[in-house]
Amino acid sequence: MPKREGMEVSIAASEAIRLANVDAIAAYPITPQTHIVEHLSEFVANGELDAEFIPVESEHSAMSVCMGTSAAGARTFTCTSSQGLALMSEIVFIAPPMQLPIVMILANRSLSGPLSIWNDHTDVMMVRDCGWIQAFGENGQEIFDLTLAAFRIAEDRRVLLPFMVNMDGFILSHVIEPIEMMDQETVDKFLPVYKPKYRMDPDNPVTMGAFAMPDLYTETKKAQDEKLKASLPVIEEVWKEFGDLTGRYYHPIETYKAEGAKTLFVTMGSFGETASTAVDMLREKGEDVGLCQIRLWRPFPYEAFWKAVEGVDTLIIVDRATSYGGPGGPVASEIRSALYTLDPKPRVVDFIAGLAGRDVAPVNYEDMYTRAKARIASGDIAGYEIYGVKE
Amino acid sequence: MENMNVYAVKLLPKGEFIAPGHRACQGCAEVLAVRLVGKALGRNTVVASATGCMEIISSPLPTTSWRVPWIHVAFENAAAVASGMEAGLKVLMRKGRIPKKKINVLAMGGDGGTADIGLQALSGALERGHNFLYVCYDNEAYMNTGIQRSSSTPFGAATTTSPAGKVKPGQVTWKKNMPEIAVAHNIPYVATACPSYPFDLMKKVKKAADADGPAYVHIFSVCPTGWRLPGDLSVRAGRLAVESCIFPLYEVENGKYKLTYEVPKIRPVEDYLKIQGRFRHLTPDLIEKIQKRVTDNYNKLLAKIRFSEEMS
Repeated sequence: MPKREGMEVSIAASEAIRLANVDAIAAYPITPQTHIVEHLSEFVANGELDAEFIPVESEHSAMSVCMGTSAAGARTFTCTSSQGLALMSEIVFIAPPMQLPIVMILANRSLSGPLSIWNDHTDVMMVRDCGWIQAFGENGQEIFDLTLAAFRIAEDRRVLLPFMVNMDGFILSHVIEPIEMMDQETVDKFLPVYKPKYRMDPDNPVTMGAFAMPDLYTETKKAQDEKLKASLPVIEEVWKEFGDLTGRYYHPIETYKAEGAKTLFVTMGSFGETASTAVDMLREKGEDVGLCQIRLWRPFPYEAFWKAVEGVDTLIIVDRATSYGGPGGPVASEIRSALYTLDPKPRVVDFIAGLAGRDVAPVNYEDMYTRAKARIASGDIAGYEIYGVKE
Repeated sequence: MENMNVYAVKLLPKGEFIAPGHRACQGCAEVLAVRLVGKALGRNTVVASATGCMEIISSPLPTTSWRVPWIHVAFENAAAVASGMEAGLKVLMRKGRIPKKKINVLAMGGDGGTADIGLQALSGALERGHNFLYVCYDNEAYMNTGIQRSSSTPFGAATTTSPAGKVKPGQVTWKKNMPEIAVAHNIPYVATACPSYPFDLMKKVKKAADADGPAYVHIFSVCPTGWRLPGDLSVRAGRLAVESCIFPLYEVENGKYKLTYEVPKIRPVEDYLKIQGRFRHLTPDLIEKIQKRVTDNYNKLLAKIRFSEEMS
């Protein structure tokens, strides 16, 4: 059994990038992503990773440089956060239609204003519809594993799409956790050298990034949508293979004590760890409650989700971002929409919690559970509640 | 190639890297410049293009005019994308994954994509020292979107966002000096060029591609549509800009300035201004103001050239 080492999650993430033997890294420093780029630049400076480290002048250029390195045929990585993602977002949308399998770790952080460096999911929700594969890790080990698997999935000829690994800022990025590493030989077998389908090769010239008139644009978008949806079985296949290799299996939807439960919390990212503790506490008190975690946000795994919520009466969604003046947090909106065609379907109670790093402790989940019951009893479960607001 | 004063078609390389059949306007000197740049660089070239005229005329899906690998990502990031290609090709050659050979990495954009929205990405790429060539095709306004002013639009020019009105004489600011900004990055090679002088242009592009590090070539690209002049006058307008010293042809090699074309007899700027509709509203006092500025700028350039000569 491989050794487990205590290390900061950002360092574990950097180790995954080193083991993936990436060819190019372009990044701009932003809290709380900095430890990853610092560590990667050390690897390059010490010759432990043979890659081009391109210290760009902005996140916009970070993603632009990644487009260039990836188009040249290089395995490419970047990472950012919050305002950085906002600045690069223009280019983030251009990577999927150009079939460039860039891997990015997003250290999830709130957006200004007011300025805050702390964690929530406002940044990733801003680019929900960017066409990247988007997955969430719950702890350090998952970030390590998902990052390694991300390259394999993204570069699969059946996929060729960029992959975003979401890692909660500070809550994951800056904590020290026991992580089980992989050796280079195992990684190399799992993740062979990237062989691009198309690249900038003067002997085989291709045009990338042509423009579309209205008579073709819709067709390109349909193709892009089909492509992202078609990545789902490949993602499941690669995660299965990774599980067979390491004993750590990942699924688009994960559940905890959900068997026969009448109420499920629904969370994404590091919320899941605390929520599972809260589920244990509530179970001890005799409450019939479990947890459903959405690991894969795009493409959204409808079948697996429908299966997970079969026979469930109530879903308590814990959102980590707001849709101002909208129907609820982004996850709740998604879930309500996903449930629409089901009959019977569980009711949805939506809480928005943990904005900009505010702690959501197990006791808060218990509280949300009680409040949800009260809201159901009152017959008013429409909309959402921003949880824990100081009066 | 050496004798720039003789235009001899047969001396030009035969290869065409932008195919005919593109959608540029009649008389477009910018696409003429692109063609010459392609001839100078040859087939071992990869291109990152900014959004703009040259992108939109050459790449409507499902067709392309490009016979070399070509990528377009966005408006403001051609330099960043090119720097990524350069880094990517370098690391793959180092790791033995692609054959080792010289591949020219060309980034290109218009004056808006270079001097305005793309300035930061360009500065970053020049500062980082990537071995690439940036070519700015300067047609002195946002032509692709309909002739709006940029920081490269000259004083007095009427555009759709700097119209000549009752109280304003068109553009009220002076043209940004992009080549000087490039020089300030201490890169090995900076030059100005104009397709009206094709051999000079191609020689500079070759020099730029062979420079050890980033190079910048600023190409004066007459736009008959935006400048309101007949398409058959675009080559002539480029000559008049050079002959009136509005756009001197020079190069800065490792910090040393040198004129590459000495104008035998300097023309008044009016000769250049009067053939263009965008300047038709200019009064004699405004023309005089422009003449003074042009003379001053040219004298400043000559002073730098003299200084370079004294230092060497």
